[in-house]
Amino acid sequence: MTLALIAKIILVVAIFVLTLAVAAYSTYLERKVAAFLQDRLGPDRAGPWGLLQPLADGVKMFTKEEFIPAASEKFLFILGPGLFILTALMTSAVIPWGPALVIAGEVIALQVADIDIGVLYVLGVVSVGVYGIMIGGWASNNKYSLLGAVRASSQMISYELAMGISVITIVMITGSLSLNEIVGQQAQGTWNVLKQPLGFLIFLVCAFAETNRAPFDLPECETELVGGYHTEYSSMKLGLFLFAEYMNMFISSAMIATLYFGGWHFPYMDKLGLGPNTLAFLGFTVFFLKIVFFIFFYMWVRWTLPRFRYDQLMHLGWKVLIPLALLNMLATGAFSLLF
Amino acid sequence: MQSLTNRSRVVSKKTMNFWERIYLPAIFGGMWITIKHFFKKKATLRYPEETREFSKVYRGLHVLKRDENGAERCTACGLCAVACPAEAITMVAAERKKDEKGLYREEKYAAIYEINMLRCIFCGLCEEACPKEAIFLTDRITPSNFERENFIYGKDKLVEKIDQRIDVSGRQKHITEKK
Repeated sequence: MTLALIAKIILVVAIFVLTLAVAAYSTYLERKVAAFLQDRLGPDRAGPWGLLQPLADGVKMFTKEEFIPAASEKFLFILGPGLFILTALMTSAVIPWGPALVIAGEVIALQVADIDIGVLYVLGVVSVGVYGIMIGGWASNNKYSLLGAVRASSQMISYELAMGISVITIVMITGSLSLNEIVGQQAQGTWNVLKQPLGFLIFLVCAFAETNRAPFDLPECETELVGGYHTEYSSMKLGLFLFAEYMNMFISSAMIATLYFGGWHFPYMDKLGLGPNTLAFLGFTVFFLKIVFFIFFYMWVRWTLPRFRYDQLMHLGWKVLIPLALLNMLATGAFSLLF
Repeated sequence: MQSLTNRSRVVSKKTMNFWERIYLPAIFGGMWITIKHFFKKKATLRYPEETREFSKVYRGLHVLKRDENGAERCTACGLCAVACPAEAITMVAAERKKDEKGLYREEKYAAIYEINMLRCIFCGLCEEACPKEAIFLTDRITPSNFERENFIYGKDKLVEKIDQRIDVSGRQKHITEKK
């Protein structure tokens, strides 16, 4: 029992560190990808290939002046970024990071909490995430921040519906809300993306909207709203907001991989005849590669597509994605009833 | 009117068909274009390490030449200052002493010779005006600085060092051809 407890604590810390590291290097990757897509080189001054750039950015963020506007609601102003980053970190708890390890005869799952409502937990925590933006934007007492916050909350509400419905189809074909079970069934059969291509597409679009990434980055929207909800923020509080955005990206990439691309599973995994620990390591590596690919995909899309206009965003959410998701759900239901 | 590039398109306001309306083919097309750029050669030049190749007749930072014996060629005639459209050049003339024969080529020389690099437009008229082939523009670039005063270049920065001669043959040839 104690071994399992120690393993869990190690896992929690490891995932925490991993999330932070990935978020930090996502900022570097974003700048590199942006530069490469635009025929530039990107940051290459700090360390070899600019690899120390996140460190330099961090130092910059910490040493900048901490400024709280006099007209702001101080408590909420400070609470906002904290809440945002807290919810960004919380989601990682239910994601299965790899097949179970076996140490000294004990099976240790590479998942912090295998709760049987994993999917619901994720949806719940993600929707709490918007409070960080809302509180931060409202407490700033600035019209641009407020507009950004209002946009963020209405966008989240609109796209959460379609996202939830497309996840329901996954739950319908799996028969379970546990993420571990969803991955397990994909490892036995085929990946969900082949069974639910339309559902995947809807989920992907909604994931972009939920993480406020371009082309759905209306809450920030530099060209209209200065900086959107974080206009008034400076120093590390701004850093937390930006950092949490990248964490959200990491977690949502992990969710896409888990729900639709078999999580840690890769083809011919059980035919290799490897021990459980090697398999766990391989599985984790594969899962991580999938996540990195989706993070890259996020950036690729960001530097390809222009931002939506607000009415287009609402039109896409309510009039296109939700009916499509509902149809998809109906079709899935009919299919599983008939066959 | 005839088009110059053959790239113009006739604008039509036809309604989009189904595939155009779901936008996905267009989005993937766009992503294909951007990913192609990912692997293309980059336009960036890592400046201090690499420099762009300059033309042989580039008009950059000035140099005051010495002759083959190491004596300054400038005689402070002031023609460059007169020719300068930006009025960037000023000088104070002085008479050469007996023991300074090795330093200055002729009896009169410039005791002070200053070019304000913030005024200079690097047109090269000073070179053309110079009867003594003393001033030339080179392929060097005026370095940046924080203070305006530091952009007024005196003789210490303009006159070439005896052991570090600066090659101006490209400009020299160009100017003689022009004349």
